[in-house]
Amino acid sequence: MANHLHDFLIHLGDNALILGHRLSELTSHGPVLEQDMAMTNIALDLVGQTRNIFQVAAKLQGNGATEDSIAYTRDATSYKNILLVEQKNGDFAKTVLRQFFYDAFNYHAYQRLLKSSNKDIAAIAEKAIKEITYHLKWSAEWVIRLGDGTEESNSRINAAIDDLWPYTEEMFKFTDYELACHDEGIFPDIHGIKAEWDEEVKNIFAEATLTVPEDGWMHDGGKRGVHSEHLGFLLAEMQFLQRAYPGQQW
Amino acid sequence: MEKNLNDIFQAKIDREEKIEPKDWMPDAYRKTLIRQISQHAHSEIVGMLPEGNWITRAPTLRRKVALMAKVQDEAGHGLYLYSACETLGIDRDTLFEQLHSGKAKYSSIFNYPTLSWADIGSIGWLVDGAAIMNQVPLCRCSYGPYARAMVRVCKEESFHQRQGFEILLNLSKGSDEQKAMLQESVNRWWWPAMMMFGPSDADSPNTQQSMQWKIKRFTNDELRQKFVDICYEQAKILNVTLPDPDIKWNEERGHYDFGEINWDEFWQVVKGNGPCNKERIAARKTAWEEGAWVREAAVAHANKRAARKTKKVA
Ligand SMILES: [Fe+2]
Ligand SMILES: [Fe+2]
Ligand SMILES: [Fe+2]
Repeated sequence: MANHLHDFLIHLGDNALILGHRLSELTSHGPVLEQDMAMTNIALDLVGQTRNIFQVAAKLQGNGATEDSIAYTRDATSYKNILLVEQKNGDFAKTVLRQFFYDAFNYHAYQRLLKSSNKDIAAIAEKAIKEITYHLKWSAEWVIRLGDGTEESNSRINAAIDDLWPYTEEMFKFTDYELACHDEGIFPDIHGIKAEWDEEVKNIFAEATLTVPEDGWMHDGGKRGVHSEHLGFLLAEMQFLQRAYPGQQW
Repeated sequence: MEKNLNDIFQAKIDREEKIEPKDWMPDAYRKTLIRQISQHAHSEIVGMLPEGNWITRAPTLRRKVALMAKVQDEAGHGLYLYSACETLGIDRDTLFEQLHSGKAKYSSIFNYPTLSWADIGSIGWLVDGAAIMNQVPLCRCSYGPYARAMVRVCKEESFHQRQGFEILLNLSKGSDEQKAMLQESVNRWWWPAMMMFGPSDADSPNTQQSMQWKIKRFTNDELRQKFVDICYEQAKILNVTLPDPDIKWNEERGHYDFGEINWDEFWQVVKGNGPCNKERIAARKTAWEEGAWVREAAVAHANKRAARKTKKVA
């Protein structure tokens, strides 16, 4: 089994699953009905993408692995999502900003995956790119609204920037498995993503009357399985039924 | 004059023509509709909570997606219904205030807790099932906007009902633990679902007027009977026992007889003493209050944008 390809798929799927799960915690608690539906929509897309990705990973893994065994029977140290997506929802400003940072990255990453030398990954990207384009539009618009809204919304999104900025660098700190995929054309041109992400953030922040922070200390570890304390609780909740009643059909 | 308008109005209804927002209508008709449609809209929104409760614990990715989609559908139903209600001259914010203050009611069923995964199946099978029975006749309601909203809603509700039944069917073919989970859940949901049709006809004084206005087409007891007849057959497929020792086929009536509903429990839950009344309202209020700054920001930003545009044009 080509390990770097499998690790990369797990990483992609975990990002989508954990963020989708976080958003799904908000279903029926949104600030207004229309945005409740919009966030659930994004969650639906993300968990849908997870399924497509894990199905390919399961095939590669063999031994009876399924999308669900991958999602529900791994402990936190085997999860490879970035730390950003497991951060708690916080207030709407934090939810929106976490989404924007991720979407801006994901949009440019998936543009590249469209051209992946791996046909399965290219097909996954083809399906996902329309959804991701919409997610980025939604989250960028809300960053602008909150930044250039009221005094309160502006101070809330600034607080969210303080909280989340230190988690942004990890997206561009490529692991061995990403670099190996890059070398094989599975994940082409990864080194160009950062500049495009910077540009995206600069433009949206300018429109939102927000300042892009100076780069300070940055966290990482999620991609290598070293997570924040939050992930264990998230998994305990998500995996409860599969753990309490192992091996059953639902 | 008033009498004349009233006659024209009733004649229109008798000819099965729809009443539209701009048409003249008696005050009592308008009030009845606002009460009923807003109650219905609130039920959709509050109903998202007990099911939303299990989204983060859904047992497979496929189930997680399906449950999210279902709860999202309910939000959509709320939206259509609030819009239908607004055509009667009341706005959504006022309706929310009435929900939060306890002035407006919603279906009592959503004051019961979801305690196991099987409850997600039971809600689909029994609660969406009962809702469909209540709502299909509303697709022919005399008030146009309500009738049209219900056509869209009913299509999705019957999908929810099938999805819930399928969850339970899966459990019925599973391990002993899963079968026990199924039976325990049906034991808890059966009677509250039976109560969804409202008080018996003898205690339902508004039914006659609503039938004459063709808002309602069948009485509460008629619908309840239909529900029992259908569920009894479906319970056999699920290999599950309905928790009513008095259910039995009545040859003469051509229907199943069934036991007495605990009306004391029903009225207690309506009055606010159900297991989750306080949590449900608190959850809605919290979402609304914590969302206030977001709604204000959206308005403020839209105003700034409009102002900049006018400036440019000028
Ligand atoms: Fe509904
Ligand atoms: Fe409904
Ligand atoms: Fe439904």
